[in-house]
Amino acid sequence: MVSPEVDALIDRIPKPVGSFGYDPWGYHADDLKVGLSMAKWFYDHYFRVVANGLENIPAQGRALVIANHSGQLPLDGLLIGIAISTNPHGPRAARAMVERFLPTVPYVGNLVNAWGAVLGDPVNCIKMLRREEVVIVFPEGVRGSGKPYRDRYQLQRFGHGFMHIAMTHNVPIIPVGVVGCEETIPSAGNFKLLARLLQAPYIPIALPVPLPARVTLNFGEPMRFDGDIANEDELRDRVEQVKARLRELIDRGLAERTSIF
Amino acid sequence: MATDPHDPRPRLLITGACGALTQRVIERLHQDYRIVAVDFRRAPQLGGALAELPTYRVDFNKRRAEDLFREYGFSGVLHLGRMVKSEEARSSRYHANVRGTQRLFKLCSKYGVGQVMILSTYFVYGAHPFNPALLEEDAPLKAAELTHALVDSVELENLSQIYLWKHPELNITILRPCNIIGPGVHNTISRLLSQRVAPCLAGFSPMMQFIHVEDMANAVCLAYRQNIRGIYNVAPEDWVAFQDALVACGCRRLPLPSIPQLLPRALSYLTASRGLPRHLVNYFKYPAIIDGTLFSWTFGWQPRRALDEAFAYYREQKRGPMRAR
Repeated sequence: MVSPEVDALIDRIPKPVGSFGYDPWGYHADDLKVGLSMAKWFYDHYFRVVANGLENIPAQGRALVIANHSGQLPLDGLLIGIAISTNPHGPRAARAMVERFLPTVPYVGNLVNAWGAVLGDPVNCIKMLRREEVVIVFPEGVRGSGKPYRDRYQLQRFGHGFMHIAMTHNVPIIPVGVVGCEETIPSAGNFKLLARLLQAPYIPIALPVPLPARVTLNFGEPMRFDGDIANEDELRDRVEQVKARLRELIDRGLAERTSIF
Repeated sequence: MATDPHDPRPRLLITGACGALTQRVIERLHQDYRIVAVDFRRAPQLGGALAELPTYRVDFNKRRAEDLFREYGFSGVLHLGRMVKSEEARSSRYHANVRGTQRLFKLCSKYGVGQVMILSTYFVYGAHPFNPALLEEDAPLKAAELTHALVDSVELENLSQIYLWKHPELNITILRPCNIIGPGVHNTISRLLSQRVAPCLAGFSPMMQFIHVEDMANAVCLAYRQNIRGIYNVAPEDWVAFQDALVACGCRRLPLPSIPQLLPRALSYLTASRGLPRHLVNYFKYPAIIDGTLFSWTFGWQPRRALDEAFAYYREQKRGPMRAR
């Protein structure tokens, strides 16, 4: 089930784990190998992902990968994770911060943890960065992933937590413009009542299967935000700088795209 | 059972002496301390070299408990005994764990005890889907919010913390260990690992931490001898998913339906003592992983037994009767 290529790849990026192969968040290299072997096929042949600028991911040391969120399911996180773990400039097993809803879903919560994803909590993020991990954050959260198709490629309000963490823990921010995931599961709206009943953030009115849209990931150059700030307005300005850079990367991807499917 | 009044060794009161952990602590400390072993359940029966130690059944809410302090003049107290859910009704538990401990603190203060150690539990953090991993000692204690059955554990903690800052002369150390397992341990998790068929929740296998009872006894003694007051998590830097732990202990897993949310709690009624305890259902669904580095750094403690060595006891336990058959 595990391809020799993936097996060798994950063995090249060891993590501090316990005697049963787990880290405190539930990461397990053997599970990741199985997951990556399956997901790599979809990455290469279904979504035909093109990843540009992977040289911007540091081969070692802490980094925050900040991306636009879209597509109802966290496929963008999965595809960014695969791109980083198969990076020819130096593979890293990135840790994606996931929605708080996911750990409450049977099987899914444990599975995504085993593949390296963790609950989107600042404490988790800081602890991982202290362990020199690459952490993927979607500052839009469910506002981005759950938006309807008519709002595609419109960046939603960003949370400011990632900027606080980047400044206080001296972490470079690597922006990633994701193009194509908006078209994988186009949503006409949200079943609000059903979502409330299931205690889910949203239930999209959409096809049950992702469409084979081509996906482009444009990794930008690292952005550093050192020093202190006088007030939250200054922090917001810095978040806006990241947002503006993301817009450029998304626009570039849209301009260069020749076909959605 | 009075002891030699000319014995120069410091006098030590240890509670919960019927328990496996406490008896191991007594074994380690009795050479250097004059120990009085007490328990709220019954007068402890200590064997071997410990048989000569004075033992008592004590309820700290009774006036007679003060006689012990008058008679022995303790320099330190190791409060390792805590009534757990399975032992008594909620009101009795609250009475023993909270009021009893408050009375114990008052006696310690009145009789000039210079050091007190409290054994708490990681359960006080609560198991919640929004818990980050590696909870540090200043993380909120959410257990009381999640289940009423743990209110007394959280209140015992709060009480200890009040005395920690209000009575610095007591030099209080609070230990919050992860799951203690091993020979003789009869807590919930140890009981589950001992079963041939152990229930778990379908689709949920939270990360857990385990500490061998011998390692925990070493940790208690080390912390007592060094006397550095404060609150400390005690856990090895090793983690395992609950269902993997069951397999490693030779259990056959019995997955119970985990959704809707009320179903596992309802099933815990039906499966009674061999099932998942109702008040701890969340701990078998969501993680409460603690960060034990402060304790390790402060006291220079490291566990001596690997996780699988601790699980081996449960595997062997299951093999024994099967061979006999």
